[in-house]
Amino acid sequence: MIGLLASLLDGILVGAVYGLAAMGITLIWGVMDVINLTHGAMIVAGMFGVYLLAGTLGVPVYATLPIVLVGGFVAGVALYWIAVHRVIGQPPLMSLLSTFSVNLVLIGLGTAVWGTVLFNVQVSLPGLSLGRYTFPGTHLMAAALTGVIGGLLYLFLYRTRTGKAVRAVSGNREAAELVGIPTRRVLALSFGLGVALACVSGMLIATLFPFTVLSGDAYQLKSFVVTVLGGLGNPAGALAAGIALGLLEGLATPFMPVSWTLVIEFVLFVVVLVAFPGGVLGLRRARAH
Amino acid sequence: MSALLAVEGLSKRFGGVHAVEALSFAVDEGSILGLIGPNGAGKSTVFNLINGVIAPDEGRVSFRGADVTGAPPYRVARHGLARTHQIVQPFMTMTVLENCIVGACFGRENLPLSRARESAREAAVLVGLEDRLETLASQLTIAGKKRLELARALAARPTLLLLDEVLAGLNPTEVERMIGTLRAIRARGVSILMIEHLMQAIMSLSDRIVVLNTGRKLAEGLPEEVAADPLVIEAYLGDPGLAGTLRGASA
Amino acid sequence: MTLLRRPFFWIIGAVILTFALAPTYGNNVELRESLLLAAVYITLASNLNMMLGYAGYVNFGGIVFFGLGGYFCVWLMSALGWPLVAATLAGGAAVSALALLFGLGILRLRGAYFALATVGVNQGVMAFVTNFGPWGGATGIYLSPALFKPLGGPAQALWTIYYLLVGVMGLSLYLSYTVKSSKFGLGLLAIGQNEDAASVLGVPAPRYKAAVYSLSAFLPAIAGGLYFFKGAFIQPPDAFDLQLSTEVIVIAMLGGQGTVTGPALGAYLYEELRGWLLTSPTFSNFQLVIAGGLLLAIVLFAPGGLMGLIYRRWPRLRRILE
Repeated sequence: MIGLLASLLDGILVGAVYGLAAMGITLIWGVMDVINLTHGAMIVAGMFGVYLLAGTLGVPVYATLPIVLVGGFVAGVALYWIAVHRVIGQPPLMSLLSTFSVNLVLIGLGTAVWGTVLFNVQVSLPGLSLGRYTFPGTHLMAAALTGVIGGLLYLFLYRTRTGKAVRAVSGNREAAELVGIPTRRVLALSFGLGVALACVSGMLIATLFPFTVLSGDAYQLKSFVVTVLGGLGNPAGALAAGIALGLLEGLATPFMPVSWTLVIEFVLFVVVLVAFPGGVLGLRRARAH
Repeated sequence: MSALLAVEGLSKRFGGVHAVEALSFAVDEGSILGLIGPNGAGKSTVFNLINGVIAPDEGRVSFRGADVTGAPPYRVARHGLARTHQIVQPFMTMTVLENCIVGACFGRENLPLSRARESAREAAVLVGLEDRLETLASQLTIAGKKRLELARALAARPTLLLLDEVLAGLNPTEVERMIGTLRAIRARGVSILMIEHLMQAIMSLSDRIVVLNTGRKLAEGLPEEVAADPLVIEAYLGDPGLAGTLRGASA
Repeated sequence: MTLLRRPFFWIIGAVILTFALAPTYGNNVELRESLLLAAVYITLASNLNMMLGYAGYVNFGGIVFFGLGGYFCVWLMSALGWPLVAATLAGGAAVSALALLFGLGILRLRGAYFALATVGVNQGVMAFVTNFGPWGGATGIYLSPALFKPLGGPAQALWTIYYLLVGVMGLSLYLSYTVKSSKFGLGLLAIGQNEDAASVLGVPAPRYKAAVYSLSAFLPAIAGGLYFFKGAFIQPPDAFDLQLSTEVIVIAMLGGQGTVTGPALGAYLYEELRGWLLTSPTFSNFQLVIAGGLLLAIVLFAPGGLMGLIYRRWPRLRRILE
């Protein structure tokens, strides 16, 4: 019983990071109605980012966070201009396929360079012991950092002018343009932010679990499940739903082989989408076309 | 005259806002009913509730005696109710004729492809697009697209046509022309329920008017009655010249 | 049928005949194998195109039909001793029925959610099959050579399978063409342009989407049956290969989504490209990168694919080809 409790608590910690990853998806979706299928690849980019910086260049692991954050942002803005900008007004099919194709290219390049071997980021951090169970220090640190970043995102969106512009564009792009907000720049910035969140979540996940170039798919799926659970366009909901998913995994892992977890998450994804189009926790958002 | 469309006690809430509240009115066969009201009064929502895009929280919609409350849009269309949109939505990569054929195929008459062409062509001719049948919808002007939207709805040979601001964005000549087209449509036996902001047009076209304000019916009656109604004039306050226009148009 | 009078009907016929006759003369096995692959691609892409190009729904996991059809056929033949044709047809019917069932659930989703849900269906089915004992689980099913005897032995069987696959390819092209020229196809195209506007006009969208999803499963399932019977072996990662699914999407987009010729043209070009890539030492690892780059270029600059470019240059061809 205590084992289960420990598993659940650990699930909350890991789930927070899932929530962070999902925030990247939900932000981009909320602002510009685009499903970013490069999300998985950018998570992997964050993973390899910390691996290279910490492993090869000797940067202390957690110090890589701001570097990965900024790097992810720059990459995101570049991605926006390359793949998304041209297809913004077009049917959603187009942005789906364009981000999908970039994902193919990135993962293809990744496998060509790094193959499909497992990589690991070594972090030595004291854990927290409660009775017989130790919560890995990395898990605690990751959850804490997630909280910090989540808080920063909230401050940005609700306490800065640019953040207000982002929320305005997200609500009604035409109206925002009419009041003089440079919408294209806001879109690029939002995309950059979403990708930065993906990269940072990848960096944190790398401190928790081993990974390969192909790990992105699984985490992308988890991000989507969390996003639909939490309500599309709702970052706070994403965090909450991420923790919920972490709890679910914590509940399931002692009892079930890992290969089935993913299937269950897929089924959950489809069921939630069909039953709750607005997300379980989220608001139904009427989009003006 | 029997009621073609009857709306009873229709209500819809979005969050805490009453978009439409306890609305009741009827459209008689062979008539034109105008639906007017200040911006945000809920007129487009009423259309959405009638043709099934949104399901009402309360109330009933009956069309030709059948209860169509909350029925999906395609089923309502099959009953013989066609609708145009405020923001036109033509099928961009199809030609004018093809757009109309879609209307003819899937509307009230549910025609096979071979016979749909004729209905489609007739509808296009009625709105004046006969010389642009092979033009892609994306290449039409706004006025052309509005006419296409109308033709497409007509091609289905509906019994009732719901028009959502079909005159918006047109210049005076185009407005004249469209009014003529609407009269011709009515002459063919199609009843019309129309939302419009162009006061002179809707007052001269409509047999009866229903005025909506913040989701509720404010007034109903003949155009000249409505125009003289102090409640209606008050609702449009902020545009004092309007009161004079209303009285002038129905004189 | 007025379709018989349209030149395109005969063009398809000519393509089928070419596929059938070209390797037969001179007993050219190498050509046959390469055309067989092309025929599979064309079958998959044409059927995918009905959902993608007509109705505007991306089926990322479309390969599930191919794999399941393969499994049904192989199992019916090896475990229950069914003859080839009956097994493939039964597989086709079973998969279409399953597709209808899945479709009822996921077709309510729009755009990206539908696309992702189709991946879910594929992965879910694969996970299930991997754990499904009667179908060999993770090991898969091996077919005994004895099963080739009723077809005249392995060498002869390979030719028969080839002709059958060419037939399936031909049926896919004809199906694609017939649907596009029909009222059903018009409704699908309207849904693809603007599903809400189409519904308001009376197009019964839920019914039509379910129908095309189920229809687009039938021939790929049969093709899967033939393909895996030929290989005499089926296992989950081969049957439900998402990479192949992706390539089929690239092919449909490359050739021109929404057209009938597009998938065929795209399949031919892509197979040429792939053949060249695999033999080139530098690029053999970059197959997916090239596919991705190609897809990106198409989406950004030529969303109508090759046929789109051709029609823009020679608009009169629109009357003859589809």
